Amino acid sequence: MKLKDVAEILKGKVVCGSEQIEKEVEFAFSSDLMSDVLTLQKDNVILLTGLANVQALRTAEMSDISCIVFVRNKKVNEDMLKLGKESGIVLIECSCSMFKASGMLFSNGLKPIF
Amino acid sequence: MAMHFEYKIEGGDFTRAGNASSQVKRTLKQLNVDPKVIKRVVVALYEGEVNIVAHAYHGEIHIDIDTEKIKLALIDQGPGIPNIEQAMEMGFSTATPEVREMGFGAGMGLPNIKKNSDKFRIESEVGVGTKLYIEVYINQ
Repeated sequence: MKLKDVAEILKGKVVCGSEQIEKEVEFAFSSDLMSDVLTLQKDNVILLTGLANVQALRTAEMSDISCIVFVRNKKVNEDMLKLGKESGIVLIECSCSMFKASGMLFSNGLKPIF
Repeated sequence: MAMHFEYKIEGGDFTRAGNASSQVKRTLKQLNVDPKVIKRVVVALYEGEVNIVAHAYHGEIHIDIDTEKIKLALIDQGPGIPNIEQAMEMGFSTATPEVREMGFGAGMGLPNIKKNSDKFRIESEVGVGTKLYIEVYINQ
């Protein structure tokens, strides 16, 4: 699935990294706990989270996660946007709950890590 | 190739937590280190950096890179760990609600650091601080 499909399925808004939306992704992980995200071994993963702070971006950066979807209408602030641009991470905002966003992406073919 | 870097970390400063790890990641990428090795190093380093910010007053990170391995030393001045064995247990945490709000504090940091390391050593003295020594080999 392409990142632009992720945004379209969730009716999300790409707020950072729109030049990368043709990028293909295979897996998704949904969590508000960054400690869990940091234990993932897979590549080609997007993160769905309701944790809207710079540490979500730092966690993605260290884990080679190329895209974060912020669920539950959480907004990307200035600091997050700056960091997103610096580290080349695509940021998408959407109004769905974590459960709904995960379900929609799963049923459209995005795979779970485990 | 032998390189040394040092970073100072302030306890409680969550806005800057991850800056050192980010810079190390950039350096390792420039040196064309295997992305899998980079990920292990920066995940371990970032967990350690978050630990210093979450628990200590301040700390230093020393990074040594040569052709064989990447050595990390994270030395903090802080409350120290009374029971290291317990701190190494998955799920044991003394993190504050503030740390948990940042997405951490689940008692997974130290075990994850160990998992990502080829060599791992921790020393701690109550009322003085904690020292973490990590090595990751570049060529497995």
